[in-house]
Amino acid sequence: MPLDRAGFADQPIRVDLQVIADMIQPGSRVLDIGCGDGALLDYLVNFKQVDGRGIELSQKGVNACVGHGLSVIQGDADTDLKDYPSGAFDYAVLSQTLQATRDPRMVLQELVRIGRRAIVSFPNFGCWKVRVHLLRWGTMPVTMALPEKWYATPNIHLCTILDFVELCRELDIYIERGMVFMAGGRMRPIHSKRVANFFGEQGLFLLQRKAG
Amino acid sequence: MSAVLKMPPSARANLPGHRVLLGAERKLRLDCGLDFGPFALAYQTYGRLNAARTNCILVCHALTGDQFVAEEHPVTGKAGWWATMVGPGRPLDTDKYFILCANVLSGCMGTAGPMETDPATGRPYGLNFPVITVADMVRSQKMLIDHLGIKKLFCATGGSMGGMQALQWASSFPDSVFSVIPIASAARHSAQNIAFHEVGRQAIMADPDWCGGDYLSQGKRPHRGLAVARMAAHITYLSEAALHRKFGRALQDRANVTYGFDADFQVESYLRYQGSTFVDRFDANSYLYITRAMDYFDLAAEHGGVLAHAFKDTKVRFCLVSFTSDWLFPTKESRAIVHALNAAMANVSFVEIETDKGHDAFLLDEPELDKVLTGFLDGCAEHAGLDKE
Repeated sequence: MPLDRAGFADQPIRVDLQVIADMIQPGSRVLDIGCGDGALLDYLVNFKQVDGRGIELSQKGVNACVGHGLSVIQGDADTDLKDYPSGAFDYAVLSQTLQATRDPRMVLQELVRIGRRAIVSFPNFGCWKVRVHLLRWGTMPVTMALPEKWYATPNIHLCTILDFVELCRELDIYIERGMVFMAGGRMRPIHSKRVANFFGEQGLFLLQRKAG
Repeated sequence: MSAVLKMPPSARANLPGHRVLLGAERKLRLDCGLDFGPFALAYQTYGRLNAARTNCILVCHALTGDQFVAEEHPVTGKAGWWATMVGPGRPLDTDKYFILCANVLSGCMGTAGPMETDPATGRPYGLNFPVITVADMVRSQKMLIDHLGIKKLFCATGGSMGGMQALQWASSFPDSVFSVIPIASAARHSAQNIAFHEVGRQAIMADPDWCGGDYLSQGKRPHRGLAVARMAAHITYLSEAALHRKFGRALQDRANVTYGFDADFQVESYLRYQGSTFVDRFDANSYLYITRAMDYFDLAAEHGGVLAHAFKDTKVRFCLVSFTSDWLFPTKESRAIVHALNAAMANVSFVEIETDKGHDAFLLDEPELDKVLTGFLDGCAEHAGLDKE
């Protein structure tokens, strides 16, 4: 049993984080951007022996991580990615954070530059629940994946799975794997973009910069 | 008055702790080009060095600190300057770690400095003492750990100038230190900070009792100049919010202002007290030398102007800490180091702690700081395999 360093090891991690963790090869170098309280990072360090680093915006999150022995800096995706050398990490992980960045396009480019692979997840604004909410009520959707009211949300650049796939095409980013989380946390691989965009509450993508 | 300044050198040699003569066989090559030695280094230790000699944490003191980290100060009788941080069960846990702190070169607590006797003349060095740099201080500390048979420090840490030394350790001796914790520090002294130091130095030099630096031979002490230097510096260690919280515009033992230049306000009285107690324990020339060492500090300059090159391929684990209200060593200075370390692919943690206590926050009770240091050191101990020994 690994040491209960961050106090997480005896609890299962959130299901979407578990899916991300399962994508990561043991012993690799990982940068977790927006690592929160360090749950994923701690799991990866303890169970996958990764060389893990984190970036987190909230002081509370950073202090919790460093207080638990994780290597985490206070910073954000918009300003603190540019210094890392290209290919510095095997994986750059951006979980549920892209939609809260000031410049998601630049952030995405930086992710595939500093990581040989990037793992990105975000709430899908194309999900039928969001569409129904807007159609029926005419107000900004509040769902499980988007729990805050419009005035309280940190999400300033929401997108749909179709928007995201289009941006990847534009930036020459290769989508190695794509999947969606449906209601209840069931995960499905993306076969049809349009179907995934309709049913998926969250999108999760494994990305690479196209060679050359 | 039990001032250290009135002690003859022999009495300073009898301060608690240890004093070792270094550089007798191989002198210390200083940045100024001089080969220096043999020289005395006074140091203090807490806790026990383990059999493998792998559990040593070097605490580097700041401008006016000294080796009496966690015990009653032999001159002032006050608690050690980091007694909150060092001790059994504290973040720098003396039940686990061996804590080592040496008075810096050019200091005035038993280490070679301008108030010691120059063997060449038999008189106090005064301004004949060579100008010391932060790198020189660290070289002398390396000689000390070599002397103690410690191959690798588990950690080097300190606040302010102590943080500069910790950074210098990582840069100069990356194979001799496992981790560093620079707190409220910077990779270079800013123009504003050099300016503040110059005000302090000019205050000392403007005191007629300074005697061109030769006051010890002439039986004088530039107390007034040194006190003013301390008062000016002390303001920079606090924040506007902390000063307001502590004193506001409250008057000192009086109901109304006196329409004169007595210390009407509590804040004036406080500063005067800070100045007057400081001169009892600190040497004016040491103040000149140590402020100069900080001014000269610029880690990037030694590496072609690129800070990341100072940490190329480093294996050292870093934990940087800054404080929101510290305007002397503001967060952006720590962040610049973090960015350089990222570029060097170093293992780095960085925490900015919310407090209104200003630069001095690192010396005060900050529970968040305790938590961060404890967690970081525990993580390092695990990676270094320290727990197994």
